[in-house]
Amino acid sequence: MKLYETVIGLEVHVELATKSKIFCSCSTEFGGEPNSHCCPICIGLPGTLPVLNKKVVEYAIAAGLALNCSITQKCKFDRKNYFYPDLPKAYQVSQLYLPLCRNGYIEIETEAGKKRIGIHEIHIEEDAGKLIHDAFEDGSLIDYNRCGIPLIEIVSEPDMRSPQEVIAYLEKLKMILQYLGVSDCKMQEGSLRADINLSVRELGSNQLGVRTEMKNMNSFKAIARAIEGESKRQIELLEANKAVIQETRRWDDKLNTSISMRSKEDAKDYRYFPDPDLPPMEISQEWIDQIKGRQPELRDEKVERYQRDYGIPAYDASIITGIKKLAELFEETVEICGKAKEVSNWIIVELMRLLREEEMEAEDICFAPVNLAKLIQLIEEGKINRTVAKEVFEHIFKENVNPEEYVEQHDLSLVSDDGLLRSVIEKIILENPKSLEDYRNGKDKVIGYLVGQTMKEMKGKADPSMVKDIIYDLLNP
Amino acid sequence: MKEITKMTALALGQMIKKKEIKVFEAVLAQLEAIKQREPSYHCYITVLEEEALQMAKKVQEQIDAGLLEDSPLAGVPVAIKDNICTKGIKTTCASKMLADYVPSYDATVIERLKAGGAIIIGKSNMDEFSMGSTTETSYYGATKNPWDKERVPGGSSGGSAAAVAAGEAFFALASDTGGSIRQPAAYCGVIGLKPTYGTVSRYGLIAYASSLDQIGTMGKSVSDCASSLELISGYDPKDSTSIKESHFQYRDALVEGLKGMKIGVPKGIWKAGLDPENAHAIQEAIGLFRNMGAHIEEFEMESMEYAGPSYNIIACAEASSNLSRYDGVKYGFRSMEYEDLEDLYIKTRSEAFGEEVKRRIMLGTLVLSSDYYESYYKKALKVRSLINRSFQKAFEKCDILLTPTTPTTAPKLGTSLSDPLKMYHTDTYNVAINLAGLPALSIPCGLDSKGLPMGLQLIGKHFGEKDIIRAAYNFEQSGSLVSNGNEF
Amino acid sequence: MEITEEIIHKVAELSKLRLTDKEKDKLLESFHGFLNYVQTMNDLDTKDVEPMTHVLPLKNVFREDRVCQETDRESVLKNAPEKKDRYFAVPKTVE
Ligand SMILES: [Mg+2]
Ligand SMILES: [Zn+2]
Repeated sequence: MKLYETVIGLEVHVELATKSKIFCSCSTEFGGEPNSHCCPICIGLPGTLPVLNKKVVEYAIAAGLALNCSITQKCKFDRKNYFYPDLPKAYQVSQLYLPLCRNGYIEIETEAGKKRIGIHEIHIEEDAGKLIHDAFEDGSLIDYNRCGIPLIEIVSEPDMRSPQEVIAYLEKLKMILQYLGVSDCKMQEGSLRADINLSVRELGSNQLGVRTEMKNMNSFKAIARAIEGESKRQIELLEANKAVIQETRRWDDKLNTSISMRSKEDAKDYRYFPDPDLPPMEISQEWIDQIKGRQPELRDEKVERYQRDYGIPAYDASIITGIKKLAELFEETVEICGKAKEVSNWIIVELMRLLREEEMEAEDICFAPVNLAKLIQLIEEGKINRTVAKEVFEHIFKENVNPEEYVEQHDLSLVSDDGLLRSVIEKIILENPKSLEDYRNGKDKVIGYLVGQTMKEMKGKADPSMVKDIIYDLLNP
Repeated sequence: MKEITKMTALALGQMIKKKEIKVFEAVLAQLEAIKQREPSYHCYITVLEEEALQMAKKVQEQIDAGLLEDSPLAGVPVAIKDNICTKGIKTTCASKMLADYVPSYDATVIERLKAGGAIIIGKSNMDEFSMGSTTETSYYGATKNPWDKERVPGGSSGGSAAAVAAGEAFFALASDTGGSIRQPAAYCGVIGLKPTYGTVSRYGLIAYASSLDQIGTMGKSVSDCASSLELISGYDPKDSTSIKESHFQYRDALVEGLKGMKIGVPKGIWKAGLDPENAHAIQEAIGLFRNMGAHIEEFEMESMEYAGPSYNIIACAEASSNLSRYDGVKYGFRSMEYEDLEDLYIKTRSEAFGEEVKRRIMLGTLVLSSDYYESYYKKALKVRSLINRSFQKAFEKCDILLTPTTPTTAPKLGTSLSDPLKMYHTDTYNVAINLAGLPALSIPCGLDSKGLPMGLQLIGKHFGEKDIIRAAYNFEQSGSLVSNGNEF
Repeated sequence: MEITEEIIHKVAELSKLRLTDKEKDKLLESFHGFLNYVQTMNDLDTKDVEPMTHVLPLKNVFREDRVCQETDRESVLKNAPEKKDRYFAVPKTVE
C-alpha cells in the first residue's frame, strides 16, 4: 500500500453569546418551550424586516482580532437562498462576497512542535431552527427557537493533517472564544459545531484530492472517529482505483462510518446576492481599536501574570489557563482565601480527576469558589486532614456543599483533645505489646504502624503528626 | 350639504372636527357607497364594516375628549392596499397563497394611521404580490376603472386608485415598486404620491422588491396626499432602510406661487410611444407652469432607456428571494396532497401562485443563478448606478423634473397581459424613479378624447417631496385638474 | 446565453415550481423576450461603475442587544397549516 496523507479543513459554526437574536429582540437562551423564543421577524412573517444587533458585529470583530485576521472595513450581508423547513425565510442572511474577517491564523501545539493553522475567513450569519423527528406520525416537527441566533462561521485553510491536529485546533479555538466571552462554546448545546472537509492524497503530493464534507459534528470524540473513519474510507477507495465523489456525508457515530446524503448536489445554486433590507457596514479603525482595547486578558498574558502575581509554577499556570472556566475558578478562589499554590493543587489534581471520572466538561462545573476556599481554610486551621478533605471535596464538586456545615453534620472534625488521643493511644499500645518490644529493639518502623492503627480507631479524624508526637512521648517515658 | 363621499379627506376631517358630521355618519356613508359601487368596480378584497364602525365609535370618543386635535384626518375612512399587514385582518396580497392569512401585527403605517384616528374601511385589490400594472393578476378578479368599466384601473395599486376615484374611500395607502402608485393614479384621475425611499417605513409591507418598494398615498387632492403622507412618514427603528431625518411637515409646502422654480423636462419623454393626446396635454401643462413663473428647461438625460431592463432584473431577482418563504410550512396555503417535503413545496407553490408571479420568480431565479449573475444581475446594479448619477446631474440643473406618468390612457381589460414586453413599456416613465429612490407624484392633467384621465408626473430630488407637492398644489389650484365631479 | 429547456427545468427546480408543458413553452418564449429586452444594457460601458444595491448611502444601522418579547407566543403558530403541540409539522425530513 502507498502512503497517504489526510488533508483537513474545518468550517466551525459558533453561536455568539448575545442576549438577543441577530435581527430581532427575541431571547437566545437555550431550551424553552418550542417556538417560544420567536417573533414575526425571526419566523419570517411576510412584511417583517431585520435590524442588526450591534453586539454581533463587535463579538465577530473581537474573534477576528484574536484569530489574527484583518477586518473588512466595508462589508455587507448577502442572502443565501435555499428551501429547507428549518429556514423560515428560505434564505439565510450570511456574508459571501465581503466576509467580516479574513486571512488569520492560530498556533497549535503538535508532537512536532508549534504549527500554524490558517484562517481563511470569518463571516457572520444567522442560525436556523431545529428539526425533530416525530416517531408517532413519521413526520418532522420544527422548533424555531434557535432560528436567528447569531453565528460566526470560522473557515480554516486545509492545513490540518490528523485528528490530533484537528482536536488541538478546536480546543485552541474554543479556549480563545471563551476567553473573549464571545461564545460559551457548549458543544452539547450546539453552540459550537464543526463541518469537516476532508480529502486524502499520496504523501508528498502537493495537489489536493477530492474532498467530502461531514456536517454538524458536535463532540470532539466523534470528530476524531469521523476523521479516522472517513480517511480510511477514502484511502480504500483510492487503493481500489475508485474515485472519491465530492459530496456531503453524514458521520454515523454508532455505525462508525460516513453515509452519503445523496442530495442533488449539482442542482444546488444558492443565488447569493446582497441583502437589500440591510444597509452595509463601515467599520472604522477607531471602532476596531476600541474593541481591541476592551479585549479581555487572553491565555498567554494570564500564564505570565499567574507566575508573577500568584507565584505558581509555569506548569500549573498553563494547565489552569487552558480552560477559561478553570482560570475563573482559580482566580475567584484565590481572591477569597489567598493560598494560590494550594488552590492550584486542588484544581490540577482533584478537580481534573473528578472531571475525567465523571466525563464532564469544565464548563459544567457548578460549585461556588467560596466552598473550595473554605475547604482549604479548614485544612489550614487543622480542622480536617487531607484524607477527609478529599472526601469533602467530592461532595463540593457534586452537590456544591458548604464544607463547614458538611464537616459539622458528618462529624468529621479532627480530634485535637490531647487527653482523649492519649487514652486511645495508650489503649492501642497495650493491645500491641509486641510493638513496644520491637520499638525497644530499635525497630522505628513500628511508629508508622501505631499511627495507622490510631487513625483507624479515630476514623481519620486526627492529625497524624499530633498522633505521632504522642506515640513518641508514650514510648519514651 | 355636499354628499359626504364627494368631499376631500381634509374637508371631511374638518367637518368632523367642527362636529358637523359624526364619525359614524361618515363611516356609514362610506360603507353605503361601497355597497352600491363595489359590484361595478370591485375595488376591495375585504370591506371592514364592523371594525370600521367600532373604530368610528372610539375615534369619536377621542375627538369629543379633545384628543386628536392636530390630526386632520381623524375619523376619515381610508383604503389600505392588501399587501400592508393589518393585525387581525386578512392580508392576502391578492394571492391564493395568502387567501386566509391573518397577520399577528400591524404594519408601522397602520399603527400611525390608527394613532391619527383614520378609519380603515377596507383592504383594496391589487395585482398578485404587486406583480402587474393592471390589477388583472389578482386572484380575486380584476378591478374596473371607474371612468370606464371596460378598462383597467392600472396597477398594481388599482384597487386603491379606483376606490379613491369612485368615492369608495377618501384616501388610500398603496405601494410603488415601479410605478404602482403613480400609474393607476393617472389612469383613475386621482393624485398618487410616492415618497423618497426610506421616508415611509416598509415594516409590515409585504415585500415584492425590497430595494424599490415604497409605501405612499393616493387622494382626491394634493393636500389630502400631503396630509396623509405626513401622517405615515418618519423614522422607524424597525426598518433598517428608514431615514432618521425628520423634516416631514409636507403641508408646509401647500403654498401658492412657483416663481423661480426650475422644472426640467427630459427630451426622451417625447419618444417612448407617447400618445399624441397625452403629449399635447403635457405641452399644455408645461405652458401652464411657465405662466406661473417657473423656468422650464428641456435636456437629454443619459442612460434612461436602460432603466427598464435594469429595473426588471432587480425587481424579479429580489422577488424570487422574497417570495421563497411561501412554502406551505409556517402560514398560508398548503397543497392538499403531497408525497413528501419536496412535493409539498412544489405543489403548494405551483398551485397557489398565479402565472405572472411564477414568471417573475423564474426570471429572478435565472438572473441570480451562477451563470447569469455577473452579466445580468450585477450589470443591472451597475446600470442602476448610472441612472442614479444621471438624475443627480439633472437635479444640479433643476428643482424638479416633469414627465408624463404614462404614455397612454387606461387600456381595455384583457389586452395587456398577453404580451409581457408591452407591459415593460408602459412602465417607461416610472421605473427609473424607483431605481434612484426619488419622490414622484402623478396628478391629472386633463381628459383625452375618450374621456379618460391623463397623468402628469413630477419628480423631486431625494427628500424633495415639498418641491413636487408645491408644484402640484399650484397646478391643482390653476384649475386644470380633472374635476372630482364624476357621477358615480 | 441561449435559453434551453434544460435551463428552464433547472430554474423551476430552484424555484420549487412545477410547470406544465404548455407553461414551459410559454416561459421559454417569455425568457427569450426578456433576455433580448435586457440585453440592450450591454451597450453601456459599466467597467468602472460600482453596483448599486441601496438607494441611499445608509450604513451601520444597528440595534442594541436587548431582549424584549412583545409578541404573544400563541400568534407564532396561529397561521400554521399544520402544527402539533407547539411545533410546526412537515412531512418527514431527514438531514
Ligand atoms: Mg454557513
Ligand atoms: Zn424573534
